[in-house]
Amino acid sequence: MVNKNDLLYTEEHEWIAVLDDNTIRVGITEFAVDQLGDIVYVELPAVDDKFDAEEEFATVESVKSTSGIYAPVSGIVSDINEALEDEPELLNEAPLESGWLVEIKTEGAIDTSHLLSLAAYEALIED
Amino acid sequence: MTKQHRYLPLTPTDRQEMLEFIGVSEMEALLTDIPAEVRLTTALDIPEALSELELTKHMSSLATKNISTNEASLFLGAGTYDHFIPSVVNHVLLRSEFMTAYVPYQPEASQGELQALFEFQSMVCELTGMDVANSSLYDAFTSLGEACNLAITHTKKGRILMSQAVHPQAREVVDTYAYGMEYDVETIGLNDLSTDLESIKTQIDDDTAAVVVQYPNFFGSIEDLKAVKSLLEGKKALLIVVANPLALALLETPGNLGADIVVGDMQPLGIPMSYGGPHCGYFAAKKAYMRKLPSRIVGETVDSDGKRGYVMTLQTREQHIRREKATSNMSSNQALFALGSAVFMTAIGKEGIREMAEQNLSKAHYLSRNLKEAGFEILSNDNFFNEFVVKVTKPVLEVNKQLLAHNIIGGYDVSELLTTENAMLICVTEKRTKAEIDQFVKCLVEVAN
Repeated sequence: MVNKNDLLYTEEHEWIAVLDDNTIRVGITEFAVDQLGDIVYVELPAVDDKFDAEEEFATVESVKSTSGIYAPVSGIVSDINEALEDEPELLNEAPLESGWLVEIKTEGAIDTSHLLSLAAYEALIED
Repeated sequence: MTKQHRYLPLTPTDRQEMLEFIGVSEMEALLTDIPAEVRLTTALDIPEALSELELTKHMSSLATKNISTNEASLFLGAGTYDHFIPSVVNHVLLRSEFMTAYVPYQPEASQGELQALFEFQSMVCELTGMDVANSSLYDAFTSLGEACNLAITHTKKGRILMSQAVHPQAREVVDTYAYGMEYDVETIGLNDLSTDLESIKTQIDDDTAAVVVQYPNFFGSIEDLKAVKSLLEGKKALLIVVANPLALALLETPGNLGADIVVGDMQPLGIPMSYGGPHCGYFAAKKAYMRKLPSRIVGETVDSDGKRGYVMTLQTREQHIRREKATSNMSSNQALFALGSAVFMTAIGKEGIREMAEQNLSKAHYLSRNLKEAGFEILSNDNFFNEFVVKVTKPVLEVNKQLLAHNIIGGYDVSELLTTENAMLICVTEKRTKAEIDQFVKCLVEVAN
């Protein structure tokens, strides 16, 4: 079971799990998934694709909309959650766990200064 | 606007009621915001309205200035073709349920329309060997523009390689698309009226999003799609094929030969020439590109009672939902003509379409053989469907003028395109009788001497 407190968040409703010095795992929050509704398709990048911070790296399609997901930091995609190709509903069932999207390797140390704590994120979605 | 006009639905009484409701006594009172100095004070300088009798006479006299295929035998192709259309097509199209149908946004009230478009899509997939197709676009040129856009955004590359043997007007449209979307379109040269494979080899690079060829090509020749596809191996570039759907009844499907996207015009299958349009573009692709398809896609599903039904699907690609991030700005189609084409294909059937294509093939080859025997140089090799290029003895314009005097409409002038003098692109469809073809040879010989 993932502890929500151990994760960092963005204003775009992504969560980040810091795996080691320069690797993070990224997904979207329960709030985001709730807003989207039933997920029908997830388009992920390929391993080795490069992205700058704030660049769109994936899209999540629900019955009513298609949303872009933005890279929280610059880096190279090191792993993708292939299970989502056949089972996009994993994103609805467990967005913080089996519904993870990608893992990104950064060049240097990860800059987490712009990321939000659970408390800060929850305050954000309160509004 | 004070007198009763037969073409405007409002009566003076209607207008009076409306003015009273608004609270003014005359129309003038509603125009006081327009400064007096820009108001038109004289009557418009246009002729008086015609009565229905006068109007009908006038329009008829204009119409008789045109020659249609009822009066002349047509040997002109170049993208728009004179094919047989059985009367059943109009009988179905002119039904008000279909004639007045708008976009089927409300599936529960549009099952007939949706089913017809679903069947159209299915038939397009069968003809092209592709996995998915949309419910049509304006014409082949639009479809090609959209296909190039798809390739550019999907591969994230910056250039399209297009064969010189693609319809020149299609090329013009794609150039416009490319200008707006800021990508490059480069030409692959010809070798003997087909796309030069060596050129593809030298021109293709890592920034190529797609290679586009036409099948049969603009000059009538059948391209070697397998060879073209093999040159794309190891590259991310897509193979886009523009195909004549009638020819696909005889030719190996582009799908089986490795095409990623197949586009074209359904005009040869059930749509009148109409002096250039409206026609009906089709767009088909492999499953991998399903979510990048432009415009409307009809899907089959089940309702809450488990009964089969049809709906517009994957709408989250479209601009009315995704707005500026939509896959395409196309949110329209040629529903009535897609329906017409579907009716045609169903009525004529697989065997009928195949027979139609065979007649085209044999009649065109009969003409080219006879022209050869009469001493004309055929620039195409034997590998053509229903169009080929012949060298005539005078400028094509002159030849056509003389042919017209014999009630024959001659072929298309491709001299400039091929940088060869007096080159005429001739088309023979199933509608040309042996007598007409023999007459054509006779007249061409006369004109030559």
